[in-house]
Amino acid sequence: MKNILSLIVMVLLTVVFCATAAAQGLSSTALINQAKEYDGKTVTYAGELIGEIMRRGEFAWVNISDGEHSIGVWINAALLKDINFTGNFKTRGDTVEVTGVFYRACPEHGGDLDIHAQGLRKLASGRMVGEKLNSDKLTLIIVLLVALPCIWILTLFKHK
Amino acid sequence: MILKPHLEDLKIIGFYLGKIILGLAVTMTLPLLVALIFQELNPALDFILGIEISVLAGLILVKVCHTEKDLNWMQGMIVVSLSWVVAMVLGAIPLYLSSHWKSFLDACFEAMSGFATTGLVLVQDLDHLSFTHNFWRHLIMFLGGQGIVVIALSFFVRGFSGAFKMYVGEARDEKIMPNVINTARFIWLVSIVYLILGTLALGITGMANGMSPLNSFFHGVCIFMTAFDTGGFTPQSQSILYYHSFVYEVITIIIMVLGAINFKLHYHLWMGNRRELFKNIETRTFFITVAVTFIVVVAGLSQAQAYPTAVTLFRKGFYQLISGHSGTGFQTVYAQQLGAEWSPLALAGLIIAMSLGGAVCSTTGAIKMLRLGIIIKAFKEDLKRIMMPERSLVIEKLHHIREIFLEDKLVKGALMITLAYIILYGFGALVGMFFGYPFLASLFESTSAAANVGLSCGITGPGMPAGLKIIYILQMWAGRLEFMSVFTILGVLIARIEGK
Repeated sequence: MKNILSLIVMVLLTVVFCATAAAQGLSSTALINQAKEYDGKTVTYAGELIGEIMRRGEFAWVNISDGEHSIGVWINAALLKDINFTGNFKTRGDTVEVTGVFYRACPEHGGDLDIHAQGLRKLASGRMVGEKLNSDKLTLIIVLLVALPCIWILTLFKHK
Repeated sequence: MILKPHLEDLKIIGFYLGKIILGLAVTMTLPLLVALIFQELNPALDFILGIEISVLAGLILVKVCHTEKDLNWMQGMIVVSLSWVVAMVLGAIPLYLSSHWKSFLDACFEAMSGFATTGLVLVQDLDHLSFTHNFWRHLIMFLGGQGIVVIALSFFVRGFSGAFKMYVGEARDEKIMPNVINTARFIWLVSIVYLILGTLALGITGMANGMSPLNSFFHGVCIFMTAFDTGGFTPQSQSILYYHSFVYEVITIIIMVLGAINFKLHYHLWMGNRRELFKNIETRTFFITVAVTFIVVVAGLSQAQAYPTAVTLFRKGFYQLISGHSGTGFQTVYAQQLGAEWSPLALAGLIIAMSLGGAVCSTTGAIKMLRLGIIIKAFKEDLKRIMMPERSLVIEKLHHIREIFLEDKLVKGALMITLAYIILYGFGALVGMFFGYPFLASLFESTSAAANVGLSCGITGPGMPAGLKIIYILQMWAGRLEFMSVFTILGVLIARIEGK
């Protein structure tokens, strides 16, 4: 009886530990480096949506970067209805948190390392990134623009 | 007696170097055009600065070193090797100005990796890089694959005998047409035709995969340039994994193989001589080495139980293998997965494939198929000599466009370059181990750099030691130019000290 009780306590502790790990979210580095450990398990992963949403029928591929690596997420397109921005040079993408099954070598998608999302939560909205003209670069351009014809004229004198 | 180089030699070298730099400045106008199309202000400024500095440097060299004299062999070789170093420095300027590279050394590493069609990257936050800088990264790979000097020969240099010396210095010792300028132009014709077809195929596939038309064709042109020139840069940080598309993988495999074929063979195929494809020693050797190394990779992956099904094992194993063998460096697995999940046997198979490369007079690096074919034939000839009666005459031939007798001179040349590559791979591995990396990972990364492949098992990154970055830059440079023009520089330095 004592053994059974301790077994139940251990199982409960493991479940609580796994649930906490999933709730806290995992980094892309942890998922890639310890892929065998998380293979087939439900994980939570958060980051910025980068590139663009690639719709494939009812589903879509999105790539989510946590600043270390980007990981592909296979998701029901309906879950993406609140997404407004994806990251590129001119925009910061929406920050999202996905919960889903992690595959080290997904049999459905040719062995790709991916996550099959079951849910998506938008953590922060993305934005357009305004471009401010760099005045230092502009000054240097003007200086060099003046220097170029001067050099040209000097070389003409040298030839004479 | 070693002859000391004179001031006149330096003037001639400076003059032609200046012309090549001016050519490079012209190519920088293309990303400037991209900046205007996508309305990217600061990236446009980066390229205006790059153009100004290049024009200034080129103009000073051309005017100060003005000469009417033609190049001799030594000068031609030095112009070529120096032009790659100068292109690296000037090409790195706009990259560094974007703030996506940690230091100027990192930007130089990326530029050399691009020009040498290697594909190892040190860029940070690639997914937010501008269209302009991204286009430049891919364009330098296309230019480097064609050969910086080939570009200058095609567009900026009028016919002169020194042209052939520079052409040879850039590891292109085969003339497709009697005139070297026409040969350079034919190489461009082939590349442009495939560029149009390849971009269309990739662009349409991208759209079918759910990408926007603009992004599909931008990615299409970038991926084509780096696949055909067996480079390996990609617009997104996940390499080909970003697209999650089997069709995209198939198309890139076809383009990579086309890039690994000798331009001379392309010419014969274009002329309708399809039988040459099956008779040529290079394509035969390529087919055999792909088959053998693939068996090794499959055995290694099965041993490690890396993939759950035969289909996934084939798809991942074959893609990485073709990417490595052709010297491209596209990946559909993460670099860390190669190190952690692929067994040492699978990695060894990949290292062997990377070390061999594609055809001579193609855009690939490494030992190359013709040399390997020659060495195998030479072994066969020696074996026959031992086994046959002493008085019998053993003559071995090989088919490369025409029937060629296997002469000692041919075998010696092939063995020398092969030996130089093996030493270079080993040297880089030793340096990697010196910096504390394990043997297999060091050998993998060193072979990838020296053979201009670009596959990585995780060593290459902005955080790696500066000394190792410099060694990899030197490996990429020497490997791309196939040593001769690099050795000439060393020879000249020795002559400067010891010569009379």
